[in-house]
This record gives sequence, structure tokens and C-alpha cells, in this order.
Amino acid sequence: MAVATQSAPAPAARARRRWLPSSIGGFAVWVMVGFFFVNLIGVISTVVIDSFGTTWFASWLPDGYTIHWYGDAWADFDLFNVMLVTAQVAFAVVALSILIGVPAAYALARRDFPGKRLVSLLFLLPILIPPITYGIPLATLLYKLQLAGNIQGVILANLVPTVPFVVLVMIPFIEQIDSKIEAAARMCGAGTFTIFVRVLGPLLLPGILAAGILVLVRTVGMFELTFLTSGPGSTTLIVVLYDAVFGAGIRAPQEVDAMAAIYTSSMLVLLVIALRFVNPTQLVTRVAD
Amino acid sequence: MSAAAAGSSTGTGALTLSRRPSLRHRLADRGIDRMLILLVPGVAFLVALFVYPFIYGLQLSLTPASGGPLASYQEFFNDPYLRDTIGITMWLALPAALLNVLASVPIAYRMRGRFRGKRTLTTLLVVPITLGTVLTAEGLIKYLDRSGWVNKFLLDFHLINQPLLLVHNYWGVFFSLVITGFPFAFLLVLSYMSGIDPSLEKAASIMGASWLQRFRYIILPLLAPGLAITFCLAFVLAFSVFPSANLVGNPTGDTHVISIAAFHAAFEQFNYSLGSAIAMVMAAVMLGIIVLVLMWRSRLYKGASGGKG
Repeated sequence: MAVATQSAPAPAARARRRWLPSSIGGFAVWVMVGFFFVNLIGVISTVVIDSFGTTWFASWLPDGYTIHWYGDAWADFDLFNVMLVTAQVAFAVVALSILIGVPAAYALARRDFPGKRLVSLLFLLPILIPPITYGIPLATLLYKLQLAGNIQGVILANLVPTVPFVVLVMIPFIEQIDSKIEAAARMCGAGTFTIFVRVLGPLLLPGILAAGILVLVRTVGMFELTFLTSGPGSTTLIVVLYDAVFGAGIRAPQEVDAMAAIYTSSMLVLLVIALRFVNPTQLVTRVAD
Repeated sequence: MSAAAAGSSTGTGALTLSRRPSLRHRLADRGIDRMLILLVPGVAFLVALFVYPFIYGLQLSLTPASGGPLASYQEFFNDPYLRDTIGITMWLALPAALLNVLASVPIAYRMRGRFRGKRTLTTLLVVPITLGTVLTAEGLIKYLDRSGWVNKFLLDFHLINQPLLLVHNYWGVFFSLVITGFPFAFLLVLSYMSGIDPSLEKAASIMGASWLQRFRYIILPLLAPGLAITFCLAFVLAFSVFPSANLVGNPTGDTHVISIAAFHAAFEQFNYSLGSAIAMVMAAVMLGIIVLVLMWRSRLYKGASGGKG
């Protein structure tokens, strides 16, 4: 392992060479990472291959290939309506969490006030605490208020982690904007609303876009809260997938896999779009910063 | 900043001739002005849908349909089937979180510098997190099945004689926790590791410290606070395992985890009091572990040498 450190070539040369394993330790690390990815690819490709297979029991690959499972799944699970609901929920959550989150982020980024730590904690906790923990009391409350079991309930529940998420993503974006610009706009007679729409809005657009895409990915992938608060006609794709696997028996497993493949591909499309605007680590959490 | 604050409070206060500035100015000096109205919708929303449900749940758990205020908690702790969920969940979450965090350290140490393909690698690692536990579980069911690729590979290479039982038991859930939890822990550890100033290590290297010494006396102490946070998050994530415990586990047996018990009580038996009580126990256990880890962390070195956190 010391081999890697003995020779210290020029930084540029080292940067070029770094990606090749240079010692036993490095080799072991790459084997671990490789093992992880082999299994990950195995898991995902099993789903995708099975969704195209006619029958697949004990062989390495299915006996034949077909695409009719996709049509069957589309019809049996009423996927058109499911996708519609998913899109409605996702876009409502994105729009509302930005409307609520961006102003709050602005106030938190620009002002130092007594109790700021408490407010920051309030915006941090829903991201740190896993959804199932607060989801059960939340869903109980929403059912009692007769807000759950429909699309409004799903949207409300999904907003709980996404509003704080928008706040945390936006704070650094806002902090980097020089507050003199706003002061100058005020000197020229702009009101708070005008400043927001005509000065800050355009400057914050990249940040808002990034936050919106991250919220979109998180909402489409959010299982727990949607599962707890949705009723017939308000389930999103991931919950329908869960129900199909958990309550399986009658339907062909390939059909379920076809739906899983649809889910995977739509998530990957969203992910590819998201990664054009944001850093991969931002998808995980902002807590590290 | 205070200039902007004064600018936003218009007129009246500035004209008062009393010796003390107006209340509005004094508040503005402390950072309280009309801009804080922007905070109101966000705070009100979270109080209504995050803080209040917790209080409501706590109150609900203390008002069972029959018996004294603690009857729901008694029911949970007296019934071994329910009580054991704590142990079962711990036994899943602690090893999974430890493995995820500990495996991340050497890998992140190797990859802390810049290298070609780093962004591709982090991008690939985000994929399992984005896909979520439900899809992972769905894939694992066939992948780890008796006739799945893993067993087929091991049998064909004569590494085993009998197919291994890897799904619908403890191991299925464990693997799903590693597949979604490892990238999460790794990306956090990597960002902490990248926050450590490389010149510290270089200095030690010049002074003749070996690879092991540099890791033990420089990287590890600076990384430890970040590791504590990462472990907390990884543990909490694993402790709240729900969909995969149902899908690739044995939800009535050895993966009858606490979230399943809470869900079952609240939304299948409609015993909201018991369901809330179990959710409160779940939160309390997580909090307990986090407090323990953070107490341990507070004993560690906290300095300004770049280890973020």
C-alpha cells in the first residue's frame, strides 16, 4: 500500500493516472466498488429482461422475447391514469414547495433574527427524519380531517419534506447574490414584490430550476408518504408497483416487471435531466454542507 | 445588512424625536422586520403538518380506547410479537448502517482526490437511491431467487451445493438496505473526506508518516465527526425500513420490523392509539441512538481544520 505514496509525480500526471488502481489497497477498493455495481446492474437488468421475456424459470435468460407484457400492464394497472396522477402530484408539489420555500429561504439567507436556529432546525428535521416515522401520525391526522385518501392529501403529505428541501437548496443560491443589488433596486423605487419578480427572480432562476427538478425526482420516488395518504384513484406509480408486488398472485410477474421497467426508465429520464443542472450529491441531501 | 433593514422600514420610525429609537428600529436592528413575513407560510405549513401531527400522535397514543393513559404503550411492551420488533429492527439496521458507513471510509479515502470518471461514478451511485427501495426489492426478488442469477452463478461454479435462500428472509432485507444505503453513506462520507485539507496529509507525508499513520492520526480524527453524522443518518434510514421488509422480507416473522407493526396497528386494525404509540417508540429509539452517537462525537476533537461538520 505504501507503493502508492512513495513516488509523488507531478499533480497533472497523478490526476491522469489516478483512475487506474495503483496498489493492492486500491485494487481491493475497486473490487468492492465493482462488486457493488455488478449486483446493482444484475438487480436492474433482471427486472428489465424479465419484462421482455415470455417465460423465464431456471435458465440464464428467458426462453423467448415479447413486448406484450407492456401492453398488458398498461391496460391492467390503468397506467395512463396512474401516470396522470403521478404527474399531477409531482407538478403540484414542485410548484407549491417552490412558492412556499423560496420566500422562506430568502428570509433565512438575508436576516439574522432571534430564534433563527429554532426555525432552521424546523426546516432541517423533516429532511433528517425518515418519512415513515412522521408519516404515520401525519396520515392519521389527515384522515381525521378527511384530507387523506385523495390527491390533495397526497400533495399535502409530500410537501412536508419538499418545502424544507427547497429551503435548504435555495439558501446558498440566495447567499451568493450580492444584497447591494436589492438595495440599489430599492433606491430606484422598487417595492419588495417588484424586487422579487424583476431582480431576484431572474437571478435565482437556475437555483429554482435545480430545486424544482430535485423535488420532482424525490416526489415521483417517494413511496412512504404517498402510500400512507393515497386512496383509490390517487396512487402514484411507485405505490401501484408496491401494491402489485405485495398483493401479487393473479397477475403475471412479467407484467409487474414491465411496470417496474416503466418506472425505472421514467426515473432515469428525470435523473438525466436533473444531472444537467445539479451535482449528484445534491440528490442525496444537503445536510453534509 | 442593517442598512437594508432600515431601508425597508419606511418613514414613521425615523422621524420620531424621542431619545430611544422606535420599537420598529430596535427590532430591525435585531433583524426583525417585515421581511420575516416571507418566512410565515413555510413555518406555518411545517408547524401544521409536521410539528402538530407529532403532538397529535403523542396525545393520541396517550388516549387509548380503553385503559389508562399508558395502556397503548403497555400493550406494545407486553405483547412479545410487538415488543420484539425493536430488536428485529435493530438487528437489521445496526449491521446495515455500520457496514454502509465502514465500507464507505476506505473507498472514499481512495477516491478523495480528483480522478477521471469521478462524476460518472457518483452519478451511477445516485441511481439506486433515486430508484428507491420498492424497485430494488422488486429486482432482488428475482435476482436472488433460488433460480436467480446469483444462485445460478454460485451453483455453476460449484461454490455451493444447495441454492442459498436469500429472499423472503433477513438477508433479502439486509441486501436491499445495503443497495440503497451504501451509496447514500458513501456520498456523504466522500463529501466530508473532500472537505479535509489535502495539505495536512501532504505535510505528514513529508515528515515521513506512513499511509497507516496518516490515516490514523490525521484523516480519521478529522473525519470522525462527519462519520458520526453519516452513521446517524444511515441508521435512521435503515431503522425505518418499510417497503423492502414487506417485499423481500418475511413481514410476519424475522423481518417484522417496527414500521410494519405501526402501520398494521394504525391502518389495518384502525387502532390509531396503538399505531401512534408504536410510531412514538420508533422515534424515541432513533433519538436514543442519535443522542448516544452525538455524545460520543462531542468528546472528539472539533477544530477549524477543514473537516466540515
